[in-house]
Amino acid sequence: MKVVLQNLTKIFPSRNKKSGEEVIAVNDFSFTIPDGKLIGLLGPSGCGKSTTLYMISGLQKPTGGKLFFGEEDVTDLTPENRGVGLVFQNYALYPHMTVKQNILFPLQNLRGADKMTKEEMLERAYEAAKLVQIDDLMDRKPSELSGGQQQRVAIARALVKMPKVLLLDEPLSNLDARLRLQTREEIRRIQKETGITTIFVTHDQEEAMSISDMIVVMKKGVLQQIGKPQDVYDDPTNLFVAKFLGTPPINVFNGYVKGEKLYIGGTEKLEDGECVLETKGAPDGLVTVGIRPEGFIPDESGALVCRLNNVEVMGRDVSIVSTHAASANATVRSIVDADYKIAAGATVSFALKPHKVFIFDKETEKRIYFGDQKPVEIKEEN
Amino acid sequence: MAGFLQKIKFDKWKGWLYLSPAIVLLLIFTVWPIFNTLRIAFLEDYNSLTAMRGVKFDFGFANFAKVLQYDGFIKCLSNTMLLCILTVPVSTILALVIAVCLNSIKFLSRFIQTIFFLPYVTNSIAIGMVFAAMFSVIGNFDSGLVDSYGIINNVIGWFGGKPIDWMGTGSGEWPNYVVMVIYIVWNALPFKILILLGGLQSVNKQYYDAAKVDGTSRFRVFTRITVPLLSPMLAYVVITGFIGGFKEYSSIVGVFGDGMGPIGDAGRLNTMVGFIYDALPQQQLGRASAAALILFGIIFIVTMINLYVSKKKTHY
Repeated sequence: MKVVLQNLTKIFPSRNKKSGEEVIAVNDFSFTIPDGKLIGLLGPSGCGKSTTLYMISGLQKPTGGKLFFGEEDVTDLTPENRGVGLVFQNYALYPHMTVKQNILFPLQNLRGADKMTKEEMLERAYEAAKLVQIDDLMDRKPSELSGGQQQRVAIARALVKMPKVLLLDEPLSNLDARLRLQTREEIRRIQKETGITTIFVTHDQEEAMSISDMIVVMKKGVLQQIGKPQDVYDDPTNLFVAKFLGTPPINVFNGYVKGEKLYIGGTEKLEDGECVLETKGAPDGLVTVGIRPEGFIPDESGALVCRLNNVEVMGRDVSIVSTHAASANATVRSIVDADYKIAAGATVSFALKPHKVFIFDKETEKRIYFGDQKPVEIKEEN
Repeated sequence: MAGFLQKIKFDKWKGWLYLSPAIVLLLIFTVWPIFNTLRIAFLEDYNSLTAMRGVKFDFGFANFAKVLQYDGFIKCLSNTMLLCILTVPVSTILALVIAVCLNSIKFLSRFIQTIFFLPYVTNSIAIGMVFAAMFSVIGNFDSGLVDSYGIINNVIGWFGGKPIDWMGTGSGEWPNYVVMVIYIVWNALPFKILILLGGLQSVNKQYYDAAKVDGTSRFRVFTRITVPLLSPMLAYVVITGFIGGFKEYSSIVGVFGDGMGPIGDAGRLNTMVGFIYDALPQQQLGRASAAALILFGIIFIVTMINLYVSKKKTHY
């Protein structure tokens, strides 16, 4: 089922009556989630991603805008009439019921034409349990399960009604690191097997990048970018997105563009910088430069000269930690192939890969495209 | 090292010192009376007056036999049981309904909750007098020469009902019970509401969100989610309700006076505790102690049954 958000807005009234300040949790959201995909809503805490999820579920009513499942307007429908399955962050399994009773619960609610016999319900419950591989735990209570098992039960409970859309609120945040890796593969597998459009919320970019077909990056209730994880990583539309995605994070420098050349460092009068790159098509002015760690090529004649701190050997790659006066971060971290032998010394020089260098307007932090860089197109594919 | 050990010793001694006021009071007013009750209950024909003169008593079960044979004991026992069985379920169910309603009220919730809790801090004799005034018929009910039928009968009259002699001289037994049940339930409500409301407020709201996503009907949410999650509080409320019910006394004094019944039939509504008190002015400490032990035994057994049932039905 395709999910369409149209100018979706959520405003919470102020708790403090005197100041009367409203909180705009979600501001004018419009995007389309294609059918049968796994979508990650990504953003830092408090950016409105959970609110968006709850609006899609129907538990919260949008202040403005519309929501469509396929062609059907579901803005005013109650959660049960939308046909969504929701997995809560701490699972919300009924503690007094066994796993089986928990999974059966949504089916027992069905009335009228949808009403099922006991046998049908049990069959469906076991089917869902098998899918998440908990069919041997059916008579346990939630308190007797591990965190990962509890989550599988929660997913089974959400899937048992065969929802049109499956929603997961921070599905991995309550799991330990090892389980997290395993579970995210699991979510990917379940989504692939069922083909249900699945939307999950996370603040962990690695998590979102690794399993999503598409990611939606949010900041303070405003949509920043939407696209395939690799596209968003390779072509961030603004500084926030560039900084938010990638481990280790992008290296940020102050610089300027003058005469279609990019300089790092320098003064506000656009002087005294190190010229590092040709930037055809970029207008003159102060910029913020983002360089991905993999965008550096050690080169003795390279234009970017950094003071070398240390070299971390990681086997396949080498991580070079250095400092630069114009860097906005404490250190500049670059990752290069282990074939490069870094000579010990006071400085290290780099040449740059043009497609790993992003420049952003100093004021608006919007991306400035140069050379053969151009914005990615979001292609609708089915 | 020696200093350290000395310090521990001193700390131990200091602990007892701080506890001593409570321990002394408990020994005098709780432990000694319990021990004394046990002793006296098994001393045959114990009489406090002769005991003071140094008379020794034989050890035996005569007091218990006396209690069981005593005129009115069965009546006291059945009154107590009946009031318990009638009031505990009614007040618990009512309290549950009211607590759920109160929990869903947003407007002036604190104020309304306070109002519902007021009866708890009001003296039961005072409430009893108010109830007596509401149910009393002033005049002669049988002859029809009545000045006032009382508030309750007036209200019944508005709906076309006939006045009832709730608690007058020639009143029936059932009207008397009805008055007492209404009074006891009303008096028991605030505490139960408070406990259940506290329980409701600690229930994780996400269970209700989850139920909402699954389209659960209100009734099913109540029976399948709210009640099971409240079961520890419900068990507590029922157990303390039964214990309180078996000790019912002051409520009846409050409504009917220390005659424990309508005028002309004193003792009709007497309870176990009333039975124990009645023996005291007659210097029948043996009988009172034996009755107290019997009451203790009943409460103990009922509480054990309650705990056994609640263990099976309660989810902690």
